Amino acid sequence: MLRDDTLANVLYIDLSKKHFWIEERQDLFEKHLGGAGAAIQLLQEECPEGCDAFGAENPIIFAVGPLTALFPLASKTVAMFKSPHTNNLGESHCGGRNAIAIRMAGYGAIVIKGISDIPLYLAIHGNQVYFRDASSLWGMESSLTVGRIIRENEPGAGLRTIMRIGKAGEKLISYACVITETYRHFGRLGMGAVFGSKKLKAVVISGKRSLPVSDRKQYRKVYDEIYQMAVASPVMKKYHDLGTAENVLPLNELGGLPTRNLKEARFESASEISGETFAEQYLGRRLACSHCPVGCIHIAALREPYVDEAYFYKTSMISYDYEPIYALGSMLGGSDAKGFLKLMDRVEAWGLDVMSTGVILAWATEAQERGLISEKETVGINLSWGDYTTYIDTVRLIIEQPNEFYKALAQGVEYVSSLYGGEDYALAFGGNEMPGYHTGPAAHIGFLIGARHSHLDNAGYSVDQKVLAEGQLSPEELAETLLAEERWRQILSSLVICFFARGIYKPDIASKALHLAGFDLAPEDLNRIGEEIHQGKYRFKTREGFSLDKFRLPKRIFETPSLVSELDERFIRETVEHIKKALFKEGAQNDI
Amino acid sequence: MRLAVADPERCVGCQSCMFACSRRQGEAGLAKTCIGVRSIGGMERGFTVIVCRACDDPPCAKVCPTGALRIRDGGGVHLNTTKCIGCGNCCDACLIGAIFWDDEINKPMICVHCGYCVKFCPHGVLRLEKKEALEYA
Repeated sequence: MLRDDTLANVLYIDLSKKHFWIEERQDLFEKHLGGAGAAIQLLQEECPEGCDAFGAENPIIFAVGPLTALFPLASKTVAMFKSPHTNNLGESHCGGRNAIAIRMAGYGAIVIKGISDIPLYLAIHGNQVYFRDASSLWGMESSLTVGRIIRENEPGAGLRTIMRIGKAGEKLISYACVITETYRHFGRLGMGAVFGSKKLKAVVISGKRSLPVSDRKQYRKVYDEIYQMAVASPVMKKYHDLGTAENVLPLNELGGLPTRNLKEARFESASEISGETFAEQYLGRRLACSHCPVGCIHIAALREPYVDEAYFYKTSMISYDYEPIYALGSMLGGSDAKGFLKLMDRVEAWGLDVMSTGVILAWATEAQERGLISEKETVGINLSWGDYTTYIDTVRLIIEQPNEFYKALAQGVEYVSSLYGGEDYALAFGGNEMPGYHTGPAAHIGFLIGARHSHLDNAGYSVDQKVLAEGQLSPEELAETLLAEERWRQILSSLVICFFARGIYKPDIASKALHLAGFDLAPEDLNRIGEEIHQGKYRFKTREGFSLDKFRLPKRIFETPSLVSELDERFIRETVEHIKKALFKEGAQNDI
Repeated sequence: MRLAVADPERCVGCQSCMFACSRRQGEAGLAKTCIGVRSIGGMERGFTVIVCRACDDPPCAKVCPTGALRIRDGGGVHLNTTKCIGCGNCCDACLIGAIFWDDEINKPMICVHCGYCVKFCPHGVLRLEKKEALEYA
C-alpha cells in the first residue's frame, strides 16, 4: 500500500475508560486488504474465545478498504463482532455515507471495546474523538428522532455518517440493528444489541481529506472506465429504476417467493406488493450511497389522515427493498401495501432487523394457528395472516417483553421454537432467520454454510436459477460453485465493493484499481487472499462452536416445492459433506 | 459559462460531483472539492447542492481586503493565492456557503465553473450554461 495512505490507521476506542488511541497497521491492510479481511483479523485479535457477546471484551469492528473514496461503488463498511443472535461470527455490511466518512476521517478500521457506565454517543471528527452523554437520547421512541438531534448538534453535514440504535438495541433484542443515514442498516446478526450492551446509543463520524494514488493520470483513466461501466450497465439501471423490489414478481412467478411462513412459495397477491406497485403508487424519492452513481435506495411516501381531525395528515418517508417486502409482506401473507409500510416504519423506528422480525412473526402466526401458543402467551393478541395492526402490536410487545414468551421472541425463531416447539417451521439457518429465496437446494445450502448465514454470502439463489436454465449440478459441483463464489466475495467485501457492482469489479478491474492504491496483486493473488479470508472466518466460527456436523434443516423447506423442484434432503446433506471436506481439508484451518 | 444547479430535486446524493471536482485538481478524496452536497435536514427531504452561482456582483470579491478575488469573464471569481492572506472575509460574505476552505494552505477554494462535475452527474442535476446578466429592475 502507499506509505502515506491513512487507511493504515486503526482507531481504538475503550468505552470503559473513555480513552482512544490510533495504531498504524500497514501489515493488516497489506495482507488482508481491508473490509472483511481486515475485520476478521481484528476480530481474531480482539475477541477472546467464548466471550459473552454482551461483555466488555466483545469488540465492535468497522473496516473499509483501499478503494473506498478512490473509486465509485466501494462504499460499504464491514462490521464484525460476536453476534448475540447466533453466539458466533457477527458480520454485517452497510452503505449510506458510512464507509466514505470513516475513510475521510482518516481510518481504515475502528475498534470499539468496553462498556460505558452511562449512555454515550461517540463523535469522531477526523482525529478528534468525543465521548458525549446520550442520557437524553436513551429510551427515545424513534431512532429517526435520535438521528435528527445528533444531526443538529454535530458538525460535518454532507460528510458524515450517523449510526444509531433504537429501543430494540437498548433492550438487547438479539436481532436489533444499527441504522445509519435513516435508511441503511447494519441489519443482520444483532450489532444493535451489542451497541446497547455497551450503552452506546450512536456513533457519528466525519472527515474530509485527500488520498494518495500511485499515478494521477492513470487514476483518472481507470476511474472513468469504472464510472462509465457503472452508469451504462443494465444491471445498475435495474437497481435505479425499481430497485431490488423488482424481484418480487419474477420470483413469485417462478415459485420461489416464501409466503405465509413458507407454507407456499407463490403469493396470490404479489402484484399488490410488487416493485412496480410501490414505484407507481408510493415512491417519493430515490437516494444513493456516497460515491455510487446508481441510487438504488427507494423511499415510499405514505400519507395518512389523523382520525380525530378532518384534513389533518402526516406523511412518512419509509424505505423498502426486496427483503423487507418478503419478510413483512409475502411471509406474513400481507397484501396491503399501506399496512406493510406502517409496520416497516415501526420496525425502523425501534431498530429491529426486518428480515428476522418478519420470519419470527410468521412463525408466531403459524404457531398460534396450530394452537401451539394461545392468547395466554401472546397476552390477548390474535395473530392472523396479513393483519398489520396486530403485527404492529406484536412487535411493540417484543420490544416491551411483558412475559417469557415475548422474551423468547426477542431472541429469535431458533430460540423461541426450542422452548415452545414448532421447530419444523422455524425458518432459521445457523441460527439466523432465512432470507427471501425458496429457489432450491443451492439457496438453502448457501444460507447454512455461508459464513454469516446470509443469501449474500454465496448467492445460492442465483445458482438455483442457473440450474433451472442449464440443468442439475452434482453435489460436488454445487459445493465447489458455492465455495468459489463465497471466496471471491471475500475479495469484494474486503475491498468493500457493493455486491450489486460485482459484474463491474471483475478480477482484472479490481487488480487494476488496486494498483493505483499501491497494491500490486494479480487476479490469482486475489483468489488466494479470498480463500484465506474465508478460512479465517471459518476458523473463528469453529472456535466459537459452529459445526457442519450438527445442523438443523427446518422440515418446512422440504414440504413446499421450490422454484427448481422439491428438495431432497440427501442431496443437501451430501453437498454439505463436500463443503465440509473442502473447508476442513488438512491444515486449512491452521495456516492462517 | 457558469455551472448551474438545474434541478436539485433530481439529486440522489451520490456526491459523484464532489469527487469529480477533487479529481479535476489532480487529487483523490474530498479535501479539494469546491462543490458540496448535503441533505436538507434528513435524506428523506432531499438534497441541496452548494456551489458558486457566479453572482453578477459577487459579495466575496467586494469584501476581499487584498484584491485577491477578481471577477472572472463569464461568471464567478478567480483567486490569486499570492495576494490572498486567508482572512476568511469572503466565506462570511457568501450567503450560500459556496466558499470552501483549503485547510492545508489556509485559503479559500471556489468553483471555477469548468463543468467537469457535470460529466459525472448521473441524474441531470448540474448543467453548464451561458451566464446571462441579471437585470435589476
